[in-house]
Amino acid sequence: MQAIQAIYTIWLREFKVSIRERSRLVAMFAQPLLYLLVVGKGLTSAMTLRTAPGGIDYLKFMFPGIIGMSLLFTSIFAGASTIWDREFGFLKEVLVAPVSRGAVALGKSLGGATTATIQAIILLALAPVVGVSLTAAVVAKILVVAFLISFAVTSLGVAIAGRMKSMQGFQMIMNFLVMPLYFLSGAMFPLSTAPGWMKILMRVDPLTYGVDALRGLVFSSTLIQLPLGGTQRLSVLARATGLIRWSLGFDVGVITVVALVLAAAGAMSLSGAE
Amino acid sequence: MSAIIETQGLIKRYGDVTALAGIDLVVQPGEIFGFLGPNGAGKSTAIKILSTLLKPTAGRATLAGFDVASQPGKVRQSIGMVFQDPSLDNRLTAEENLQFHAMLYHVPRSVRQDRIARVLTMVDLLDRRKDLVSIFSGGMKRRLEIARGLLHEPQVLFLDEPTVGLDPQTRAAIWEHVRRLRSESGVTVFMTTHYMDEAENCDRIAVIDHGKLQALDTPEALKRSLGGETVIITGDAALQGDIAERYGVPVQASEGTVHFQMADAAQFVPRVVADFPGRITAISVKQPNLDDVFMHLTGREIRAEEATPLDRMRMMARRWGSQGRR
Ligand SMILES: Nc1ncnc2c1ncn2[C@@H]1O[C@H](COP(=O)(O)OP(=O)(O)OP(=O)(O)O)[C@@H](O)[C@H]1O
Ligand SMILES: [Mg+2]
Repeated sequence: MQAIQAIYTIWLREFKVSIRERSRLVAMFAQPLLYLLVVGKGLTSAMTLRTAPGGIDYLKFMFPGIIGMSLLFTSIFAGASTIWDREFGFLKEVLVAPVSRGAVALGKSLGGATTATIQAIILLALAPVVGVSLTAAVVAKILVVAFLISFAVTSLGVAIAGRMKSMQGFQMIMNFLVMPLYFLSGAMFPLSTAPGWMKILMRVDPLTYGVDALRGLVFSSTLIQLPLGGTQRLSVLARATGLIRWSLGFDVGVITVVALVLAAAGAMSLSGAE
Repeated sequence: MSAIIETQGLIKRYGDVTALAGIDLVVQPGEIFGFLGPNGAGKSTAIKILSTLLKPTAGRATLAGFDVASQPGKVRQSIGMVFQDPSLDNRLTAEENLQFHAMLYHVPRSVRQDRIARVLTMVDLLDRRKDLVSIFSGGMKRRLEIARGLLHEPQVLFLDEPTVGLDPQTRAAIWEHVRRLRSESGVTVFMTTHYMDEAENCDRIAVIDHGKLQALDTPEALKRSLGGETVIITGDAALQGDIAERYGVPVQASEGTVHFQMADAAQFVPRVVADFPGRITAISVKQPNLDDVFMHLTGREIRAEEATPLDRMRMMARRWGSQGRR
């Protein structure tokens, strides 16, 4: 009971702080728009997918990937804010309180996941621009998956930040961990067309399964007119051409295991913190 | 009553730096206990160990009967902490910082608002409770941190250099709070300082240098232990050695003057002037203060009045540093 209150307290502070800062709030709304309109639209006019069937343009393909990107960046920053907390002294206040380090890490991860999921909601509202239609049930499922992914990523951020003493180190993490995680996740190009060695790396990247799950869900309630008459679900078409590879159950299973491992790593990293 | 804090052979090493070299002390409930020592003496290290933030390399410490190393949860619930460096969340308001603290320390919801109002009144910040901490001055932040340390009614309040860089009014106000608090709630106050004049406010003082206790007693007893008054002489460079030799007392030199302790100093003055004709340009006698005690114990002067560059940096950090940006 006391642990739950501690988790809630940490979560509440994370959430308050994240919606309070104007720059973050602006970023929260503007970033997805920017990704979608500039990156998505820009690339769509230059690229066609070799493997894509008629109805899937690059913008549709990218859409779930952009959701994944926004989840990844928002949550890794939320986790990394542990470094700021240390730098500005607030972490001491938390660490000297009679709450377990696990509760602190968990509250932080849930807080980051909440912010990232809100950003996903904003992105999903742009679905019509992309030409994807969503039902309430599908949106709910997407949000669950989004929460799970961002919980895992925030925990990763906490696990790294808990051991880090300076902000400089964080730039390294961004360049050598977060960017590769993103580029290898299948968000920008499908796994099926990647060279063999990269396929292996992509299968190792846990975010690949997140993007795969998001893509499956985002495409699941859009009907595409077939050239030969009749309609088909976008997700079925995408699956047939290898743009979606695994079942939702398998993807979610992988993400859940990864999330649990990372949450434990986050808690451990704070136990070592001074 | 049994001791509220007790340490036995407390040792802390950082690599080859020995921050604490075996500390034994006992603090009684309701005491205002001062830890006095120069920069790097090990004061913060001792506080961090007693508050469970650091594990000792060797030795034992108990607080309120709980072992700080093996029962950290129990210890944490019993203590309030005001760190040397700022530890507020600048993006929250004063009140939100306190609410956060109250929730973390499981202060029951029914008394939360009352207590928050009470501690805010105590530090004169009630009318600023809705303001973001980022716009507070250094002194206001410090007062808020002290209020926060008291919010969960701890048995022991740790104050690590609570008044560094604050103006004299604020320092006096904080001391008034601390004393009132002790008489109202019987809280034990364990504080560190390197302001000698402030240390006078403590019931007992432990003088620490190089990680070792040099003395532990009431301020009066420490001063009495020097025997007599402090004689300060300005004169030529060889006086230090000559006086020491002639009267067989330890003599310290600093900034062109020499000082030493002497019983019945008033009668001694004519004698020393006669003994060193033409060599003394000024002479004065004063009651010993803790500076003299410190000098006597360590052979060094503690910088009491000016803030060190480190203190100034800390002060700046308190004022500007935490405009927490993400
Ligand atoms: N994390 C650390 N790693 C290595 N050495 C440390 C660490 N923390 C403190 N020290 C060293 O331990 C010694 C005691 O430091 P401490 O902070 O306890 O001093 P202090 O008495 O609080 O000084 P101040 O008056 O400057 O606050 C110093 O020599 C310091 O350099
Ligand atoms: Mg210190």
